[in-house]
Amino acid sequence: MTGSDSIGMEKLCYSINNRAILKDFDFLLERGVNRTILGVSGAGKTTILKLLLGLLKPQSGRVFFGDLCITGLRESQYREQRKRIAIVFQGGALFDSMTVGENVGYRLFEEGKLTQGEIEKVICEKLSFVGVERAINLYPSELSGGMKKRVAIARALAANPDYIFFDEPTTGLDPIGVYNICNLIQRLQAEGKTTLMVTHDLPTAFATSERFTFLHQARLIFEGNEQEMRNSDIPEVREFLHPTEQSLFV
Amino acid sequence: MNIAVIDKILIRFFSELQNYFALAGQTLIRLFIRPFYYREFAIQFDKLGFSSLFICVLTGLFTGMVMALQALIQLKPFAATSYVGGMVAATMVKELGPVLASMMVAGRVGSAITAELGTMVVTEQVDAMRVEGTDIIKRLVVPRLLALLLALPLLTVVTDAISLVGGYIMSAGYGINPTMYIKGIPQFMVFQDLIEGVTKPLFFALIVAMTGCYVGLNTKGGAEGVGASAKQAVVLSSVMILVTDFFLSKIFVAFR
Ligand SMILES: Nc1ncnc2c1ncn2[C@@H]1O[C@H](COP(=O)(O)OP(=O)(O)OP(=O)(O)O)[C@@H](O)[C@H]1O
Ligand SMILES: [Mg+2]
Repeated sequence: MTGSDSIGMEKLCYSINNRAILKDFDFLLERGVNRTILGVSGAGKTTILKLLLGLLKPQSGRVFFGDLCITGLRESQYREQRKRIAIVFQGGALFDSMTVGENVGYRLFEEGKLTQGEIEKVICEKLSFVGVERAINLYPSELSGGMKKRVAIARALAANPDYIFFDEPTTGLDPIGVYNICNLIQRLQAEGKTTLMVTHDLPTAFATSERFTFLHQARLIFEGNEQEMRNSDIPEVREFLHPTEQSLFV
Repeated sequence: MNIAVIDKILIRFFSELQNYFALAGQTLIRLFIRPFYYREFAIQFDKLGFSSLFICVLTGLFTGMVMALQALIQLKPFAATSYVGGMVAATMVKELGPVLASMMVAGRVGSAITAELGTMVVTEQVDAMRVEGTDIIKRLVVPRLLALLLALPLLTVVTDAISLVGGYIMSAGYGINPTMYIKGIPQFMVFQDLIEGVTKPLFFALIVAMTGCYVGLNTKGGAEGVGASAKQAVVLSSVMILVTDFFLSKIFVAFR
């Protein structure tokens, strides 16, 4: 039932200090189906991404990459498979002790398979894809928020992943910045990357995803496409959409 | 306080202890597994070791001076002031040099390690590294441990040497010439004391590095969490240094 090329979790329970963040949570991210996870702040959206990446260990249930169930494995046992997934963290999570260029080339330098010159070529290519090639020698502390996000995207791309997770990529950006990021994500999808977004910004979500998962009080309460979501009569979903609909039509 | 609460505290204490030793064990194993981050090691050696030189020089100088001062007051009535060099050397090399240098390094470097790693944890940089496929123990912990294992014995030797100079500065005022001062030293010490003097800092380096890294990597919360972790790391490693010093001294006495 799980396609060999999908990522997901089954019957997963996760709690912190006896407070349930996720209860019996099922989730499936299929190759080629771009998805957004919605939910109020603090609902556990970031937690889902970290669980999918094996950065957090669930109390019960399982997480799988295709046929490989990573729950119960040591990190070293799924490190290779996880390289197919990249993530752009909420704050960018750029390494402060390295320049932008070193950040983007981090994995390539670590793997040591390419020569210095080849790595530099990849770095320039990825940075110009996101439009910040001029920042190559700056440190993360010298960048603006939007530039940090774009560099983080460039770093995620350098590894040439199949899946990219975005944790609130447009939060805290001005409209032009939001447009640019959305545009970038659409270009990545056109190149065949599958994206998983976490956001409370509905325009971004609708612009970049086909399927939506709505999280409320540790449970999945809605799964479907844009039309289904707009027509949904689940109170929490309506409440979430409603204020945004108003502000869209003024 | 009822039993359930005590139970909870004990369970938490032992699970933390277990995790601490697990991290230490994993780190020690990785000391011998490639790849080795030479560049990280060099950066850390410079940052953690070399930059602590100045405070160790100050510590050594003033401790040596004050020890000589006190010893001279005690020795004067017995006309035994020529033994001052030996007294300073014996206490410094075996006990105070290693302990004081390590405490200084724990305060300066332990807190820095914790704050740096803690910040990396709360800003998700550690998670990002893991996703990039890096073994964070190898990349972040091993170079810091190695840097301290190499730096702390060297810093201790510097502290010891400077304290002898400090001792001599005071002794000169009591009409003791350098030859007398140096001749007093072997009368109070055996070769084993020198070994003790450089073995202890190795253990203390392990304590400072592992505590700094453990507390840093387990930081929770934002900036406040980082501050709390830094404080905790310094207190923990200082206490552990003093306790470990006692037991190490016991062991060395037993082998005399
Ligand atoms: N280390 C932790 N200790 C205690 N509670 C935590 C910890 N990490 C997360 N939480 C709690 O888990 C819940 C889910 O956190 P998460 O970061 O996944 O939320 P989120 O949906 O991403 O929110 P936001 O949209 O604000 O980023 C939050 O309510 C938070 O309080
Ligand atoms: Mg979040």
